[in-house]
Amino acid sequence: MSTFFDYLIFPGFLFSAVFGMLAVYIDRKVSARVQWRKGPPLLQPVYDFVKLLGKEISVPEQTSVFTFLSAPVFGLAAITLVSVIVWNAMLVPGKTFIGDLIVVIYLLAIPSIAVIIGGFASNNPIASIGASREMKLILSYEIPFILSILTVIIKTGSIRMGDIVTYQLANPAVITSASGIIAFIVAILCIQAKLCLTPFDIPEAEQEIIAGPAVEYSGTPLAIFKLTKWIMLFVLPSFLVALFMPSADFLYNLLKFAGVLVIIILIKNTNPRLRIDQAVKFFWTYGAGLSLIAVILALIGL
Amino acid sequence: MEEEKKKQTVIPIGPYHPLQEEPEFFKLFVNGEKVEKLDIEIGYNHRGIEKISESKHFDQVAFTVERICGICSTSHPFAYVNAVEDLAGIEVTDRTKYIRSIVGELERLHSHLLWLGLAGHFIGYNTVWMWVWKAREPLLDVMEYITGNRQHYSMFKIGGVRLDILNEDIPRMEKMLDGLLPYIDLFKGAVMDDPVIQARAKGICPLTKKEAIDFCAVGPLARASGVDIDIRRDNPYAAYGMVDWKVITAVNGDIFDKIVVRVLEMYESVKIIRGCLNGLKKEPEGNFDLKIKNIPAGEGIGRHEAPRGEVFHFVRSDGSNRPVRHKIRAPSYVNVPTNEITAIKGTISDAAITLGAVDPCYCCTERCVVIDKNTNKKILGGSDLIKLSQEKTRELKKKMGITE
Repeated sequence: MSTFFDYLIFPGFLFSAVFGMLAVYIDRKVSARVQWRKGPPLLQPVYDFVKLLGKEISVPEQTSVFTFLSAPVFGLAAITLVSVIVWNAMLVPGKTFIGDLIVVIYLLAIPSIAVIIGGFASNNPIASIGASREMKLILSYEIPFILSILTVIIKTGSIRMGDIVTYQLANPAVITSASGIIAFIVAILCIQAKLCLTPFDIPEAEQEIIAGPAVEYSGTPLAIFKLTKWIMLFVLPSFLVALFMPSADFLYNLLKFAGVLVIIILIKNTNPRLRIDQAVKFFWTYGAGLSLIAVILALIGL
Repeated sequence: MEEEKKKQTVIPIGPYHPLQEEPEFFKLFVNGEKVEKLDIEIGYNHRGIEKISESKHFDQVAFTVERICGICSTSHPFAYVNAVEDLAGIEVTDRTKYIRSIVGELERLHSHLLWLGLAGHFIGYNTVWMWVWKAREPLLDVMEYITGNRQHYSMFKIGGVRLDILNEDIPRMEKMLDGLLPYIDLFKGAVMDDPVIQARAKGICPLTKKEAIDFCAVGPLARASGVDIDIRRDNPYAAYGMVDWKVITAVNGDIFDKIVVRVLEMYESVKIIRGCLNGLKKEPEGNFDLKIKNIPAGEGIGRHEAPRGEVFHFVRSDGSNRPVRHKIRAPSYVNVPTNEITAIKGTISDAAITLGAVDPCYCCTERCVVIDKNTNKKILGGSDLIKLSQEKTRELKKKMGITE
């Protein structure tokens, strides 16, 4: 029973959906203020979501209907599970299990894979280009992302998220060390790519390929895709908070989450979009290089 | 023998696409990300302006051709009055010349700013887009102040201009230019020093000098490729021969140079406007319209360096009050085909900004009518909209502290 409560209500689906909508509201509002616009009202994400739920679902011809319609659901299920694990680790560190960090890394790849599967299932050249870009992007950012998480594992000596949090509550947070700050910078850039935000919004570049993999989606599946993105916008920054600077207080954690979110939004608003080859090159040279330096620094105890 | 049908992915950009503000259709034949061939289909916007113009009398045509384009809306009447004055051998007063050049350059400023914002949008940099368009707003306010409209200024008529720029208005325009320069400096720095913009723009899809000449490219596009042409200098008209300025050229013809040329041209436009305003101060007020009554039979050509390049008008008269032939060639007509060779030098991402870097001219001439859904009655007709816009102008004047 408590598992169901965890997954569906708190800190699972309902909690992450509400905070995901709040996160996307902050994103849109801060972006608007940076760009000298007014921005949407607080409930705009809710309106968007409800409106999409009421729209007709159209499925492209000559495609696997099951694959096309189930891809968004897989993404949503995976990211909700991440929310449960990450926030349980921060709220009740004892509730976690050994190796959950590895599980989270795997689960975080699933929304992107859902996008790829959905894109290819759309049977549309634009969606295919978007999906192949997403694939290249995953290949590029996974290495630096895992290396920067490895830095945290070395610093805290555990692959259990509860232990990572409790270690940092007792000792100084990982981000206060030299290796920690480098790993944090790399991780921020990687989640920028995971979230498909500028400068790494290459898979859904609207001026080039009109939202890419989502181009054939409409109605409820599109709403689920959007909700997945919004929840990711909440879960990924809070994952970084849990790894690099957790605190015992729930509200304090939320504040830190908001801080990380604003950094992400500012990066988004002060950069143009890269080309896919430039993004791959960037992550494989600067990204991987920096995170490797962080790992080495962590190994020698800095 | 059965011919094997070659399968190739086609990425459509248009006829309706977030990249394009107007209906144009670019078919990108791609192999992975690489663009291999580009097919351009235009003609979605044909409205038969040349034919319409033959059914209007000479004074009306100046306002009709203004409707060709919403952004460079003054360049067509400019070229048209040049053509008719060439036909009839009219020499306008110096005050008219200065006012014409001022309106032409203000339009170039706002057009280049608009393009710079869109270029930012094309590479996903929406902050640049919004900031540039905010900086463009005071310019449009001044336009509304001196001509009555933000767009479609209706300033040009044969033998003169419709409204005078009073000497007491000049300080206000100079103040606007002073306020604009820091913004242009800011954008120059933001665009030219940004490493990510450089990565996206430098060396991307260049148009070489030879290709530019082969395609007869005009305007900033040609100047970015090192072709040193500018009608304002090569064949001076209006006040362009009377003030000090220079033609901006670059060498490489890539996206970055196209940005640089347009940004630096804005400084030259400011210089021209300043020069014209100084000239205007020395001229007697009110001497701005020759009140031409008759157009003799004959032929005339008129050219103007629009923000996008040379616009060409040909007018033939048979001595009646209407042109019997009116031929228009807009700069995008020769500039858009260059995409065929530039876009295939890059990927899909490069193609997006390359198609935009030509700065294709777009047409927005719809009138607005608001209809009540239940009663199917017009709430706002044409006269109501005019009234609304006049009220807006009055409000603006009040805000700027001008009493009527």
